[in-house]
Amino acid sequence: MYLEIAGKQAFYGTGSSSHRESQPSIVFIHGAAMDHTVWSLPARYFARHQFNVVAIDLPGHGRSTGPALHHIAEMSDWLSEVLATGENEEHIVVGHSMGSLIAWDWAAKNSDRCQKLVLLGTSMPMPVTDQLLNSAKLNENASFEMANTWSHSSRGKLGFNLNPGVWMFGHGQRLMHRSIEDAFYADLAACNSANLEPGQIQCPTLLILAESDQMTPYRAGKSVADQLTNTSIVTLPGSGHSMLSECPNEVLDALIEFIAAA
Amino acid sequence: MSDDNPYNIPRTGFDTLALHAGQQPDPLTGARATPIYQSASFVFPDTDFAAGLFNIERAGHVYSRLSNPTNAVLEERIAALEGGVGAIATSSGQAATHLAITTLCSAGDHVVASRSLYGGTHNLLDYTLPRFGISTTFVDPRSPEAFGAAIQPNTKLLFGEIIGNPGLEVLDIPKVAAVAHDAGMPLLIDSTFATPYLCKPFDHGADLIVHSATKFLSGHGAIIGGLLVDGGTFNWESSDRFPTLTEPYDGFHNLVFAEEFGPLAFLMRARKEGMRDFGACMAPTTAFYALQGVETLSLRMARHIENTRAIVDFLSQQSAVEEVIHPEVPSHPDHELAQQLLPKGAGAVLGVIIHGGRSAGQKLIESLTLISHLANIGDAKTLVIHPASTTHHRMSGEDLAKAGIHEGLIRLSIGLEEPSDLIADLSSALRRSQRV
Repeated sequence: MYLEIAGKQAFYGTGSSSHRESQPSIVFIHGAAMDHTVWSLPARYFARHQFNVVAIDLPGHGRSTGPALHHIAEMSDWLSEVLATGENEEHIVVGHSMGSLIAWDWAAKNSDRCQKLVLLGTSMPMPVTDQLLNSAKLNENASFEMANTWSHSSRGKLGFNLNPGVWMFGHGQRLMHRSIEDAFYADLAACNSANLEPGQIQCPTLLILAESDQMTPYRAGKSVADQLTNTSIVTLPGSGHSMLSECPNEVLDALIEFIAAA
Repeated sequence: MSDDNPYNIPRTGFDTLALHAGQQPDPLTGARATPIYQSASFVFPDTDFAAGLFNIERAGHVYSRLSNPTNAVLEERIAALEGGVGAIATSSGQAATHLAITTLCSAGDHVVASRSLYGGTHNLLDYTLPRFGISTTFVDPRSPEAFGAAIQPNTKLLFGEIIGNPGLEVLDIPKVAAVAHDAGMPLLIDSTFATPYLCKPFDHGADLIVHSATKFLSGHGAIIGGLLVDGGTFNWESSDRFPTLTEPYDGFHNLVFAEEFGPLAFLMRARKEGMRDFGACMAPTTAFYALQGVETLSLRMARHIENTRAIVDFLSQQSAVEEVIHPEVPSHPDHELAQQLLPKGAGAVLGVIIHGGRSAGQKLIESLTLISHLANIGDAKTLVIHPASTTHHRMSGEDLAKAGIHEGLIRLSIGLEEPSDLIADLSSALRRSQRV
């Protein structure tokens, strides 16, 4: 779905469905240098199950034009503008990695409108190494390679993708190359400088954490449960940070169970 | 720390990928080798899961025409070795080429292809696909400009073999890729002769790769199979030229593949339509055999190259030989380009033209005792054939000349035997070929 936000083209995926009145909304927010296509499987699932799906492309990513935004707060404000174009007042918000920080910030600012919150591969703070930041600032391919390497578990780096024939390591690399120049640095800098507070978040929150995550280590992810209230955790044994490709069915099952719960 | 890896990023090596990519020990049995999942279908745990698999909401297998766990290991492995986003295993190399073309082309569309192609591919493009409204213009593989000049408003892709068959012209992939990309279309490369051990076409600008897995990849002349690999590099949405990927597809609930799957768009369309409807799937047992070959790819290719160099050297010194055609021969027109694109070796197929024309060539072939006369390449055993009367017999004399195929050309695919035994066989046969 194309729309215009602040004079720029914006896009969100719908899981191949059209808007349905009076149906719940689920919002998916991708991570650094990614786009809405990382959510293609869950987006299609929830679309078929009568949700209004909003899988955004942040500015400078996927089909949304740049420039990229540099702060988590700017990104969540941009998300608010996107959501304001729709009819749903309340939303289930799901974010991965940087997207989890955007989801958190949006939920903190809109606690009365956030029905449920799902944070995948998250931590607060979310520090980024100087080496990766500096390489991304120079728009070096090495920055993509570093992030992609650290995003996969040792098992994931050798594949065995449940999605037949897809080499997930190569797929991750190509996805990052599709973001515009400077977007990756903007994303990483936004993660690195994020300093989020729980605010008034009271909604049920699910943390989906990967046991072998090198980008947002499992222990750091678990500490988010101490920062937010009303949280539960699903652990993905052996998975790396790229859990949407390493454990697609486990992630979907966790989402289904959490979202279906009263 | 190296120049190409200043940050010391841990990279999985080629041989490790050749042995491990796409597979883990079987979680149920602990089997270390890839099991052969000889099953047509796969049980669904419940109806919603089944619906999810059909609607691409879940990852998994439905029916072995679409995907199979054994095939998936091979697909991931080749994609890993080529540096792509994924691959599809097919029933033959021809099926892979057909799948690549028909995923992009519909009736009324057009392909620009190198003139120097495997005879079967030439048949497909020149005779069969035109019956379905897809036409091809054949051009000189040594002229990137000719590829550009042949592009029409309805052209959907450019196509060539990295090492032409049987002329052994080396395609200047970077230049042809630039021509393709300037015109807003992808470059498809048949990399059968090279395998990813000798060259990775994606690194040089190609967007799609096909392999005949029958040849060096499996390496033992025991299977028929193919692979289509997607680099995930091409931006299908840069124009309205690729409606199969950018417009709603009636055959899948108006799914727009580029919107839904991004860099996997081509691969997903090829599987969800091409495998579903044309059905040219690889048998799981075939995938198993191909995997056994891939595990030793670099060991075998290095020996293929070593033996080829020994045979080229021997033949070049024989008075009965008029010409030895191989890109590593300094007089070969593509010698310099081969050194650039194929630094580990320019393949294990060579051409030889001997004095005495076609009849001497026939005598040579019939006098060989160790080297097998058959229609194949890339076997562990050394093979020989006369292309003009076999693999390329449907091409006219004029087309043969245009494709650079001398009527007396003999093609050798050098295997892994002791080179001294191959030389002895060739030496004896060359002597017999020159007897009046």
